[in-house]
Amino acid sequence: MRKNKMIKKSIMAFFSILLTSMIACGGGGGAPEQPAPKGQSAVKDDVSAANALQVAKSIPDFSTLVAAIEAAGVQDAVVNVGPLTIFAPLNSAFDKLPAGTVETLVKPENKGKLAYILTHHVAPANFPVETLEKNIRKQRRLGMASGKTLEVTKKGNDLMVGGTKILKSVKVSNGWIHVIGDVLVPSDK
Amino acid sequence: MKKKTLITIVALSLLAAVAGFANCGAGAGGGKSIAERAFVPPGQYDEFYGMISGGFSGQLSIIGLPSGRTLKVIPVFTQDGEKAYGYNEETKPMLMTSHGFIPWGDSHHPDISQTNGELDGRWVFINENNTPRIARIDLSIFETVEIIEIPHAAGNHASPYLTENTEYVVASTRFGIPTPQRDMPVNQYKGNFKGMTSFVKVGKDGRMDLEKEGFQILMPGFDYDKAHPGRGKSHGWFFFTTYNVDEGHTLLEVNASQKEKDYIAAINWKKAEEYLKAGKFETWNTNFAHNVYDEHTHMATTSWGKKVRVLDPSKLPGLVYFLPIKKSPHGCDVDPTGEYIVGSGKLEAQATAHSFTKMLKAIEEKKFDGEAYGIPVLNYEAVLAGEVKTGLGPLHTEFDGEGHAYTSFFISSEIVKWKLGTWEVVDRKPTFYSVGHLMIPGGNSRKPFGKYLLAMNKITKDRYLPTGPEVNHSAQLFDISGEKMVMINDFPTHGEPHYAAGIPASKIKDRSVKIFKLEDNKHPYAVKTPEKTRVVRKGKEVHVYMGMIRSHFVPDVIEGIKVGDTVYFHLTNFEQDYDVPHGFAMMGQQSSELLVMPGQTETSVWYPKKPGVWPFYCTDFCSALHQEMQGYVRVSAAGSNVPIKYTLDDDPVDVE
Repeated sequence: MRKNKMIKKSIMAFFSILLTSMIACGGGGGAPEQPAPKGQSAVKDDVSAANALQVAKSIPDFSTLVAAIEAAGVQDAVVNVGPLTIFAPLNSAFDKLPAGTVETLVKPENKGKLAYILTHHVAPANFPVETLEKNIRKQRRLGMASGKTLEVTKKGNDLMVGGTKILKSVKVSNGWIHVIGDVLVPSDK
Repeated sequence: MKKKTLITIVALSLLAAVAGFANCGAGAGGGKSIAERAFVPPGQYDEFYGMISGGFSGQLSIIGLPSGRTLKVIPVFTQDGEKAYGYNEETKPMLMTSHGFIPWGDSHHPDISQTNGELDGRWVFINENNTPRIARIDLSIFETVEIIEIPHAAGNHASPYLTENTEYVVASTRFGIPTPQRDMPVNQYKGNFKGMTSFVKVGKDGRMDLEKEGFQILMPGFDYDKAHPGRGKSHGWFFFTTYNVDEGHTLLEVNASQKEKDYIAAINWKKAEEYLKAGKFETWNTNFAHNVYDEHTHMATTSWGKKVRVLDPSKLPGLVYFLPIKKSPHGCDVDPTGEYIVGSGKLEAQATAHSFTKMLKAIEEKKFDGEAYGIPVLNYEAVLAGEVKTGLGPLHTEFDGEGHAYTSFFISSEIVKWKLGTWEVVDRKPTFYSVGHLMIPGGNSRKPFGKYLLAMNKITKDRYLPTGPEVNHSAQLFDISGEKMVMINDFPTHGEPHYAAGIPASKIKDRSVKIFKLEDNKHPYAVKTPEKTRVVRKGKEVHVYMGMIRSHFVPDVIEGIKVGDTVYFHLTNFEQDYDVPHGFAMMGQQSSELLVMPGQTETSVWYPKKPGVWPFYCTDFCSALHQEMQGYVRVSAAGSNVPIKYTLDDDPVDVE
């Protein structure tokens, strides 16, 4: 009995020493420190022209849009090399939605739905105002990242997309931002 | 029984502990395993930049250490279709020489610029061995920005080592040649062939100059192999190994090693400056190319050097001395204090260290053993500091800044660590595959970073998965932070590394340029906005001023080109975003692609030979719509009257 106990103790000692030596070897006992995965939105770059997300973040009137982009987890897509044209709703545009809509959409369980709505505001390719105007002349619809299309129209001097007026246009490094006053809700959702 | 079991178990435990420890690699490296010491986790950076010469590839590889990951291969002396180096109109002049355009070179020894004997990371210089040249690479853009041809020289091997404030970069020849060149019988080599040694002045902006402030020294026709500058107390001197002091001209493997000793040539370049100031030089007429890349125009131009000042050491006392060294030395390495000059007789079993202090004393006391072509030969014993009896075939030595030297041994395939001053061997480790050169970051400066040692082997054989008869050269990384060296990594290299340089990443990475500012682009054919793009005919020459932006060319449809025209495509990348280059390739064009960085302009020439409609496209996966980035050129028969027309989206370019 006592002998068994002694052997048990010794075996434990054996393993503890073995373990200690392995820990000493591993510099902390585990795998080397792994950095948290990060994407292109984390790149530090104060030399290049600002990309769509950097521009949006710099304007307080886009705070809801930026929050939505972050809630949907699509930051890396918005800084992606693109090119992309974003129709960016102002905070006031989100305020026009039925009460509680934004609060519901930013909930984790609605991530997919939110992302879908956001993609409806993005046209892959460069669409400066001149090209949008040409779309009217050449009768081209605007293909959105949601898979749907939007119509570009002219109402007097105003350039309209999906029925809402383009208030202002900004060139960004990976495309264009056109400021709009309404959220473009995809017709089927 | 009980006691015996216990003892056995305790003994086994200790053994396991020791075994576990040994597995870590002799205890150095902060208790980390070998794998951890070389492993750089995803998303993290290497601690050092390594710059490894490509040898017969003519290029310079940039690798990360300790991972061994290749970061970039910089084209230097050889055309590179990937980067259009030597193919586009802007960089063709970089490869111009007095022999005309040369598409290939043999790059050997990278050396990073220094300030006060410490690496400063501004530029790395590298020599070309075949048609003597020195290149300078700007380490803010990692591109070759200057190449100067070295006249009156042949194989430019003892080059491009730098003095400790980057005052001069040197060049000396491994071939004695008639100097100046002339037609004469080769067997009249002895006494008639010379080994011109050049000191090329480096300006504050890095620009090299041989004609005005540089100079040459007409050395005897020995073969000059390697060199290193004095540093600290020996600053002002430069040391070159020579072999073939026998002056053999054929079957050198036998005839160049008949004498017991060769020399290290000690050149007092401060003395040379005095002689130059005193006008004790001859001006020789010559012709050499000097190619400079301008960062504002993004273009290289060639100018021609026509004169050089030559000093004759046989007539100028105190300029050059010879220090005897065991025969056929290769490396010539000066320790961080500047006191020891280590030469390695590659056919011997020892490395030899000469003392700078003893050298000065021997000069003062005139302890000469004769002379060679009017240059005093110092007495071997009078300058000797110590002999390190080591392995076979010592080649090259670097230093860790802790009083140790590390010598590579080609024949016995090992690295030997030894102590300066006591000459005792501290450690030796096999590299298995005939190590040539080795490198410790800063190991040839006053301040080495003695953490890693890179051994570059000349042989690979079965080291990696086989790839047919040709296998890339192997390199091995050692952790030298402990007393014993530990091999922690092993990787193939590009071309044949002849030497490397290394520097802490922190000295370079934050200066690395991300984009070229479009507004600063001074290229004569640059366009900065889409509406300025155009196609201009001048007789049979057509200039296409084309823009690139995600994800189209502007213009992307061109008509009015004719067979027999010379078409220049001048591509400007409008992007101002990091890592968004655009490429350009034209079907049937007898050239490489272009790879145009943001804000840059590059030009390629096309000679359309057949009527038809020929496509071009972006070769770089620039964006999600990369595959859409394309265009057409309509080529009509010579003599047709199709007018020049260029459009985007079927509209004039200024309608976009």
